[in-house]
This record gives sequence, structure tokens and C-alpha cells, in this order.
Amino acid sequence: MGKIWSFIHKLGSPRWFYAISARLMPWFWVAAAALILVGSVWGLAFAPADYQQGNSFRIIYVHVPAAFLAQSIFVSMAVAGLIFMVWRIKIADMAAAMMAPLGAAMTFVALFSGAVWGVPTWGTWWMWDARLTSMLILLFLYFGVIALRGAFSSRDSGSRAASVLAMVGVINIPIIKYSVDWWYTLHQPATFSVTSRPAMPMEMWAPLLIMVLGFYCFFIAVTLMRTRSEILRRESSKRWVRELAGEVT
Amino acid sequence: MAFDSFQDFLAMGGHAPYVWASWGVTGALLVGIVLHARAERRQLLRHLRRRERRERRQPLTNQTSHHTGGRHHEA
Repeated sequence: MGKIWSFIHKLGSPRWFYAISARLMPWFWVAAAALILVGSVWGLAFAPADYQQGNSFRIIYVHVPAAFLAQSIFVSMAVAGLIFMVWRIKIADMAAAMMAPLGAAMTFVALFSGAVWGVPTWGTWWMWDARLTSMLILLFLYFGVIALRGAFSSRDSGSRAASVLAMVGVINIPIIKYSVDWWYTLHQPATFSVTSRPAMPMEMWAPLLIMVLGFYCFFIAVTLMRTRSEILRRESSKRWVRELAGEVT
Repeated sequence: MAFDSFQDFLAMGGHAPYVWASWGVTGALLVGIVLHARAERRQLLRHLRRRERRERRQPLTNQTSHHTGGRHHEA
């Protein structure tokens, strides 16, 4: 236990995080690129067409990973907010700040690809279906978190407000998840489930799984990279950052 | 391979606008996010480096300089 705690404490130190993330980040970039490349080629060209939806179903390979990330990033942001509020670990707040725009972008991708997919599949690009509406609320929650963070003259106040909104807003996540079961109107139920076998043949869900994993690696890589930048920005007057800036030529 | 020819692949069985619009927007955003993250880091490092060089050029005895003076405390 002692070792784990000292590891967590070190991780909370910006300087140490900056060093360790430099070693981790390349792996996530490589994994993200490889998985997304393989998943795209497989999903676009090799997976069989859906017997009902034809080739429009290939939208699933960007839609579902983006929707997964949109929700996971919000949960990560809320957890980071909690860590920041309880233990005052600055790194958690920096990461949360960097996650928000990425989460908003992924929510937008999920909504956009879903709307485009809806035209040939449902005959409409939008309906006030529970899943669609709760995803739109997620997008507004992301905007709210981003705006709230910037609305204070003191950084710490902005960080606290954004953390609280993320922690409160996380209640929307189970609503998104169960919306398709509670109010089954338009959106189809979950494609993936931990407890049951996939309803799709392997040639269809394998590329989806690969894309989902690729998107998660992408999220981790981008968050590590941008958190490193945020460290340099916030700690720019620290001696180690000054020395680093002096070395890099 | 689910398609007979490259034309077939592009046509997506008549669903080309939907498939390519979704994939195109997603791909463009992912690439944009990576380019932004890279530009952000480069700009930041350039800024820090420039500041470091500027402050090194100033004689350290110059106490009236307007910069933070953090080094004096830490030294």
C-alpha cells in the first residue's frame, strides 16, 4: 500500500507527471493510430453490409465510439473534479480542463453522425427522442463546464465551479444510458453489452470494438499531451520549467 | 471485401452522402484535434524559450527588471 500511495502522490506532482507522461504518451498515439486505421479499413471496406440498412450502417463505426467517448470523458471529468475538490490535486484539474473540449467534440460527432444516419434509416435527422435529447443536454453540459471555468477572474474559483458542475452533471450519464430502455421511441437499444453475446456477426462487431479501443487510446493520448501543455502554462514560473525551456533549443 | 470495385466502394450502395459525411466530419475533427494539440505545445515551448533567452540576456544584477524574480527566491 505504501508504494501505491507514494506513486499516487508523485503522480499528483506536475513535474513528475510531466516526466512519466512523456514515456507513456507515444504508446497511446501509436495504438490509437493503428487501431483507428485497421478499424476504418475493416469497417468501411470489409465488414458486410447490413441486410436492412445496407451500407449506411457503416456510420456505426464512428457513431458508437464517439458516443462512448462523449460519455466516458464526462465521467472522467467528474472524477477528476472530485479528486481536485477533495485532495486539491492540481493535475486532476488541469486534466479536467483539457478533457472538456474533447468531450464536446465527441458529443458533436455522435450527434452529427447520428443525425446523418437518421435520414436514410428513420426518415428524419432529428426527433425529441430520449436518447437524442439527453445527448444534446450532454453537449450543453460540456459548453456549460467550459464557459463556467472561464467565467471567473480567479482560476481556482473557475476550477471549483467547473468541478461542481461536472459532478452534478454526471447524473445525465445514466439517463443517457438507460434512456433507450426507459423511453423506447426511436433510438435502438445498446449495441454492446458486457453480459450478453453481441447481436451482430463477428465481422461486424470486431471492427467496432477496434474502433472503440482506438478512440479510447486517442482520448488518453490527447489528454496526456494537452495536460502536459497545461502544466507548462500553469507552472511557467517554476524553476524546472524554466530549466526545461532553457535546454530545449 | 464487401465491394466489387472502387466505384462501388465510393457509391456505398447509394448511401455515399451519409456515410462519407459522417466519416469525413469525424476524421476532420480527429485530425484537427491532433494538429491543435501539437500547435499548442509548440507555441507554448516557443514562448517559454523566448522568455528564457530574454531574461538570460539581461544582467542578473539588474534588480529593477520587471519580471517575476522567482529565480532569486529559489536560488
